[in-house]
Amino acid sequence: MGPDGDSIAFTLNGKPASARVAPHHTLVEMLRNEFGLFGARESCGQGLCGCCTVLVDGQAVSACLYLAALVDGAQVSTVEGLADGDALSGVQQAFVDCGAFQCGFCTPGFVMMSTQLLARNPDPDEHDIRDYLSGNLCRCAAYPQIVQAVQCAASRQKEDHAQPRGE
Amino acid sequence: MRQQDIDAAERPVGSSVPRLESHAKVTGAAPYIHNLQLPGMLHGKIFRSSVAHGRIRAIDTRAAAALPGVHAVVTGEDVLRVIPDPYYGPAFHDQPILALGKVRYIGEPVAVVLAADPHVAEEAAALIEADYEELPAVFDEVEAATSQAIVHEELRPAGTFPDLKHLKGRRDTNVGLDFRLRRGDVEGAFARAAHVFEHEFRIQPVMHVPLEPFVSAAEPGERSLTIHSATQMPSFVRIEIARLLGWSDSQVRVKSSLLGGGFGAKVYIKLEALVAALALIVRRPVKVSLRMEEQFYTITNHAATVRIKSGIDADGRIVGRHCQVWWNGGAYADIGPRITQKSGFTAAGPYDIEHVHIDSYAMYTNLPPAGAMRGFGVPQLVWAYESHTDMIARALGMDPLAFRMKNVLRDGREHATGTVMRDTPIDRVLEQLAERMGWHGAPPPAQGALRRGRGIAVGIKASISPTTSMAMVTVAADGSATIFSNTVDMGQGSDTAMAQIVAETLGVPLSMIRTVRPDTDVVPYDMGTLGSRSTFHMGHALQAAAADARRQLDAMKAGLGLPADEAIGIGDLFFRKFGMRGAGNVTGVGTYTPGYAPVDPQTGLSPDITPYWMTGATGAEVEIDTETGHVRVLRLVSVADAGKAINPRIVDTQLSGAAIMQLGATLYEHMQFAQGELTNGALAYYKIPGMHDIPPAIESGLVESRQHSGPFGAKGVGESASFGVSPAIANAIEDATGVRLTALPITPETVLRALREREGRPLAEQ
Repeated sequence: MGPDGDSIAFTLNGKPASARVAPHHTLVEMLRNEFGLFGARESCGQGLCGCCTVLVDGQAVSACLYLAALVDGAQVSTVEGLADGDALSGVQQAFVDCGAFQCGFCTPGFVMMSTQLLARNPDPDEHDIRDYLSGNLCRCAAYPQIVQAVQCAASRQKEDHAQPRGE
Repeated sequence: MRQQDIDAAERPVGSSVPRLESHAKVTGAAPYIHNLQLPGMLHGKIFRSSVAHGRIRAIDTRAAAALPGVHAVVTGEDVLRVIPDPYYGPAFHDQPILALGKVRYIGEPVAVVLAADPHVAEEAAALIEADYEELPAVFDEVEAATSQAIVHEELRPAGTFPDLKHLKGRRDTNVGLDFRLRRGDVEGAFARAAHVFEHEFRIQPVMHVPLEPFVSAAEPGERSLTIHSATQMPSFVRIEIARLLGWSDSQVRVKSSLLGGGFGAKVYIKLEALVAALALIVRRPVKVSLRMEEQFYTITNHAATVRIKSGIDADGRIVGRHCQVWWNGGAYADIGPRITQKSGFTAAGPYDIEHVHIDSYAMYTNLPPAGAMRGFGVPQLVWAYESHTDMIARALGMDPLAFRMKNVLRDGREHATGTVMRDTPIDRVLEQLAERMGWHGAPPPAQGALRRGRGIAVGIKASISPTTSMAMVTVAADGSATIFSNTVDMGQGSDTAMAQIVAETLGVPLSMIRTVRPDTDVVPYDMGTLGSRSTFHMGHALQAAAADARRQLDAMKAGLGLPADEAIGIGDLFFRKFGMRGAGNVTGVGTYTPGYAPVDPQTGLSPDITPYWMTGATGAEVEIDTETGHVRVLRLVSVADAGKAINPRIVDTQLSGAAIMQLGATLYEHMQFAQGELTNGALAYYKIPGMHDIPPAIESGLVESRQHSGPFGAKGVGESASFGVSPAIANAIEDATGVRLTALPITPETVLRALREREGRPLAEQ
């Protein structure tokens, strides 16, 4: 590995990407410094608050602890990849409609985890939601509204499946 | 269009529109200073004191400076080159930018390494060594009053507050301020009382833990400096940095942004003076971003000890109360002296008491500085007086609600300060709480080792006064409007509420209103975003600015000879006036400073101490496992008086958020020190509430009221639901088990110890 690190190639939000990374660079640093993506944020630096949550090959990871070099060849998804232009994803729209945030610093992490929850369990009960999101912290404590938002996104998703749009 | 949007188009004020920055927050695009990257920027990493109190003998920076990639290593002596008197603070000029001569707490900034690569700066900072001559240290706020360890040899009050002038030059004391309130003859009242009760309560130090850690950057310009900071007080930062530099205010530009949480942590000066000095020393942009762990060394809430004594007459009326409060301010005063006074005068609670004495002491100790945190000292005081109040009611065999209702202050009566209560429906807040709790219904059943109980508590807080807000509103030729306000949206939803006020006043749809991010070069002065003052003060200023703009539009219409009732769009009006599409705009300005009467220095009394009172009450239903001491909060109810809610849903989220935050300070959070050394300063060891800690039932309610002096009848509400949480839970625990806890936090261990103590088989001390 050279002084500036090695080149890695991966898929970022569905598009091919490459970067030079040093062995000690974390994924959250690379996303900020090389790609100008600020949705994943380092806060506690210990993988405990969930503010830096991104998906690597479909698995949620704490990007403040995950070494950038490890995403070589992987699929990386960040909160910036969820919306289609101005059209928000179902989870994002539900967070807006339920007012499920205050300062918003932790919101991308909650949105990513909630998205993964609904992909794995489209019909979660309240305990499932709390359990799945227990690794994300919100100091403004919009927790009651976040639970509502996930419930809202789940029920809208169910309706959408029952009556596909455009038919 | 959803129904709420249709309502908002007609009547923006009072409508629960989504926050205007919602889209940016859910897509990750929301701007925070955390994201800021400036060309040629250096990162600063801080080397901190490892002793609680000591004289600096030497700082060895050679190894750090020699590390490849290090641009500079800066100590307190280097700061003197650009700032000869580098002491700052809102109440006392006591805090050096980097330690000079002495260190006063473990974690105090001593030196900074600058490097383009933050990893290099961090590695180098670990190579710095300092040699100290250790001095005796003091950590307890009550001991500090008599300790031989003196944190500051001489007090240096800032000029900002004239009432601190008499402390100038006072030597060899740790008492930064002794505020006293004297109303009536409290000793006489105790002598005549049927019952006298006295209790002592303790509050632990906790930290705000904003998830966006402290971050500031400075960019030197041509005889100017731009500071980008995650601050709640851009205008204050500008004035204080200009003072430190000996520059005019106009040479210092301060820009803030959305904040990833503030809660009072990001007020006054935190990293701003440091980045200003660093940028001027190296003539390059410098950014300092703290790690989560370092936040705990920057500012904390005040730990406190409160002694409270009450006399009760035979009818169950409180006739006299004496409160003594020691605030643990840590090594630098920050805004502690203001808490000592401005919250101190509420220490006797929301009760109608003829004879009141209050002694409130701002103490220096060798701990990290304590400052403002959500509630500004009031949650500590409510913990004491509402625990005390409940203990009295139980001792007298009175229902805790009935005892409070008998004694609460009602409109038209004088508060202990002498200020007559207005628009402060404490009784109605309690009534609604009782109704929501089902207080008059059957008490919860006991089940074996699991005991259930209920508790309530109520508190009031004065607004900070006298303070000023100024604002501008421009209306462009297409009818869209721009708000210029230095109120900082840190999650409380101020951008949205202010836009609702402007939309309502101007008659412009919300979708056509934008807010300029706080920037002292272009936005008028505002005292700061703190103390739940913005909706009231900035709301007034913006209402006035929008009305001024409206008047100018009406004058433009009249000047064109158009009848007042002629319906003409703003766009057409400008076209008629200026003859060109898009040309021209109007700028409305507004200023607001409420009335205020200073407190009498001898008695602490004032006929007009606050422009409005905030009232918050909490009810808790708990389940205690008497075998383990585990406390489960089953239900947490908050009721507050918000005057008229500008955006009810945002108010509701503020209430539940404040209640949950205080739940953390009640049950989990505790900065633990061993001889001044913090042993749990990271989220791995310092637990803040998460999803599983939220009570199964959490609800909030607003008392429909009107603050007659407020914009649209509104008042501040961001802190109200924090007031009563801790005592409501302690009161519920006593209801369930008969044991009384007088120190926070309440942990399974403290509960179990109290239970076993009561059973006569105490647990061994650790």
